Amino acid sequence: MRTTLLTSAQVAGFVAAGYLRLDGIVPDELNDQAIDVLEAGIPRPPYGTPVTQAYPEGSFARRLIELPAVAGALHSLVGPDPTVDHHAVHVREPHNGHAQPLHADAIIDTRMDAFDVQLMYYPREVTADMGGTLVVPGSHLRRINESDTGRYQNLRGQTRLTCPAGTVMLLHHGIWHGGRRNDSDVRRYMFKIRFNPTVPQVRLWDTSDLDDPAVLAELGRRFPWYEQATGRLEVHNRVRMWRALTNDPSFDVEYWTTRVNNRPGRVA
Amino acid sequence: MKQQVLVLYLATSALDAQVVGWSRYDGTGRTEPTAGDGDEPPYETGVEALRDGWRLFQASQLIPPYPGHEYDTSFMKHEFFFEKMS
Repeated sequence: MRTTLLTSAQVAGFVAAGYLRLDGIVPDELNDQAIDVLEAGIPRPPYGTPVTQAYPEGSFARRLIELPAVAGALHSLVGPDPTVDHHAVHVREPHNGHAQPLHADAIIDTRMDAFDVQLMYYPREVTADMGGTLVVPGSHLRRINESDTGRYQNLRGQTRLTCPAGTVMLLHHGIWHGGRRNDSDVRRYMFKIRFNPTVPQVRLWDTSDLDDPAVLAELGRRFPWYEQATGRLEVHNRVRMWRALTNDPSFDVEYWTTRVNNRPGRVA
Repeated sequence: MKQQVLVLYLATSALDAQVVGWSRYDGTGRTEPTAGDGDEPPYETGVEALRDGWRLFQASQLIPPYPGHEYDTSFMKHEFFFEKMS
């Protein structure tokens, strides 16, 4: 199976934003089969099933995640041989009047040195009035529990997904998101798979560009909804995550993380 | 008289700081605001909402971080509730 690993800059972008978009990377041949497959339902494996057991060779789901771009991105983020946590088919009916409250999936999950990845696959084009998934970039490191964020309707810089058919998004488990109201005449389909890592998530991508200035630029990004002061803590927390992912305890973006840990002569 | 509620999330604890998030709840039933229904905030700052007739009735307190959790981020920090009666 051929894969295309992510670059350091792409992984840094994932650490900053909490997701990665792969627009239109699924071929039409697969997209054309998707609706029938999703309508028929895909048997749900027990939690924690290895991919090879969860999805037989040649099955739709297996072909989807073995597309080189998808396989490479998954390997870069969760590593080889992840297990399938669970999957779900989400269908939003035409003129469905209720948006989901903004939420993070499952329960509050404070892991900084490990993370799950949720794959979201859109087999059809998603237009603005179809209520594509609302995603809040850079929200994944905030410690909240599920829909306790439901009070927030709109945040500056939020992404209201529109995408071509065959788009895949890979999201950090903590990202704030929600299915939006579908104001169109078209059913909206999304297939989601949550993957758990089975190896330490350290330097799993193509690290040949680790010193690329784009890595620092990505990790230092501010998102428009960040409060002025809390935005600095977001960068600090990304530094902590990047240190874990690269096994480099000296990495910093500004000098904030280094400074607040400088206690000469003291044992941690 | 029915209450309309506007919630603004600001960039700092100052009421004249930039709006970074917003929600609306309409007791009149004339509108049905919901998650992800707009990309542009209704006002640039909290004070701008005051000037448009919204009455402030609650603001976030400034609470020091819990010891050991100084670097944790969580909910929006600077939340201001406004109302209009109509």
